[in-house]
Amino acid sequence: MPRIIIFLSLFITYAIYSVVVYSKGTMSISSSAFHESEKIRNGKELFQQYNCISCHQLYGLGGYLGPELTTAYSDPQRGELYMKAFLQAGGPRMPNFHFTKEEIDDIISYLKYVDTTAVTYKTRQIQ
Amino acid sequence: MNPEKLNTESYPSDKIARKFLVLAISYLLLGLLLGIIGGFQYILPPFLKDNVSFQKTRPLHVYLVLTWIFTAAQAGLYYYLPRIVNRPVYWLRGVWLHFFLQLSVSLVIIICFFLGYFGGREYLEFPPLIGAFILLGWVPFAINFFFTLKPNYKTAPVYIWSWSTGILFFFITLSESYLWLIGHFNNNVVRDVTVQWKALGSMVGSWNMLVYGTAMYVMEKISGDVKLFRSPLAFFFYFLGLTNLMFNWGHHTYIVPAAPWVKTVAYIISMTELLILGHIIWNWRKSLAAAKRNYHSIPYRLLSFGDVWIFLNLILAIAISVPAWNFYTHGTHITVAHAMGATIGINTMLLFASVFYMIQKENPDATENRKRMVGTGIIITNIALLVFWISLLGSGVAKIISKQNNEPFYTLMQKSQSWFKLFTYSGVIVFIGLFILIASVLLIIRARRRPT
Repeated sequence: MPRIIIFLSLFITYAIYSVVVYSKGTMSISSSAFHESEKIRNGKELFQQYNCISCHQLYGLGGYLGPELTTAYSDPQRGELYMKAFLQAGGPRMPNFHFTKEEIDDIISYLKYVDTTAVTYKTRQIQ
Repeated sequence: MNPEKLNTESYPSDKIARKFLVLAISYLLLGLLLGIIGGFQYILPPFLKDNVSFQKTRPLHVYLVLTWIFTAAQAGLYYYLPRIVNRPVYWLRGVWLHFFLQLSVSLVIIICFFLGYFGGREYLEFPPLIGAFILLGWVPFAINFFFTLKPNYKTAPVYIWSWSTGILFFFITLSESYLWLIGHFNNNVVRDVTVQWKALGSMVGSWNMLVYGTAMYVMEKISGDVKLFRSPLAFFFYFLGLTNLMFNWGHHTYIVPAAPWVKTVAYIISMTELLILGHIIWNWRKSLAAAKRNYHSIPYRLLSFGDVWIFLNLILAIAISVPAWNFYTHGTHITVAHAMGATIGINTMLLFASVFYMIQKENPDATENRKRMVGTGIIITNIALLVFWISLLGSGVAKIISKQNNEPFYTLMQKSQSWFKLFTYSGVIVFIGLFILIASVLLIIRARRRPT
């Protein structure tokens, strides 16, 4: 009997913890930019549709064949024009996906939005 | 629960259990091939870049290898369940339904990947609707598990708790991973990333529960000691594992700007793994003596190698859960080393132990005849895997150094070439070792059983 009680206690704690994580625990970033901009939403859809996560990472999630993109937008070595060049023509490892100009702008908007949320990255980088 | 009973009885579900087994090793074989192609794409960037790019090889590799893990565990369960209760499975047609659903879904996923239809989520890179069909395939499996076994949890051994937990949490975590389809999650990048790390971290725990349950069952049958997995200590470690399944996923999200307490909880829970590590070290001499004593048994040998990988991977897991180190290791091949150690070193060794235990019961003579071949496969796999694992760690360290020097990505990739070559070539040897094991399984299954 104690085993069943331990299991149920853990399970209830897990359920409550999940709710708290998905509400208060992840509230720190405002989602208003995402709501307001169709370009950001389209950019995210394209990012998923082309499975960019397979080679690139956002917050460390994804493959390692391509560079991490969380702070690519504000990175002095990369930035908007550098990313646009890759999106237009591909690279040594990246296929040319033949994105339209609008699609490239949308993806850049999404990556710019992700960059604005990366406060922990930037704090650690400064330290 | 007599360990010797397995020798003589056969059940109507055995045939389909064997089909699940062949399906599982087909997933493994294809998954390994895709992994090798992916490896070569690291050292020869133009290799298949425009037709089967890394955008396709990685999700195919990940999907097939992960599916090998739970399909092999399911094959074992369909074989073991009737033997535990001494009666046929509750719903035989359900087992066939599960088989055809799983096979159809896999074919659809592979076609989608080749055609370039993606969902773009980590691990679950296929279009989201397919996730519903994966869940549907698990329904007859769950019905058969619970209705065949009708577990009495007051007296059940820990492996039945482990299997039950694995099934329950697979349903929970796969459903949870699709929360991103709801605006509340999709519109907030932090929540969106957290859903992926949290759901997938726990999902890995769910199939680990299935695999560990299977390994414990096989261990009980080999040793004949029915008290082994009913002891308070066994349950202590089960609940410790369950707590980690539920709460330690946060160590992947130290860098995500979620609330600080999410990280604190994850860190504290992750450090409880030190107890498991301590337990392994404490029992090391005893385990070594038992391993030497039972080295002639193929399943035991595989279980022992699984133990070595648990030890190595646990040290790595604890190290990368320390926030100060996680900052450097996160997003490098050190995380991949941990994943490969877990999926090949631990899960694949434990599952092959179950596979050989099953086929040995079915055809002991053919298994005995292939013993040398199997032994060679085990040794090649484990030595090559150690080199592969070290090369991934090396590649991770190279990335850390490169990041510290603020070098561009291109320079990092150039400097890491020797590590990439090492992990690709050792990966090929891991493939050869596992291919020997796969071929042995198929040869034993095909061998005609001597009449008794």
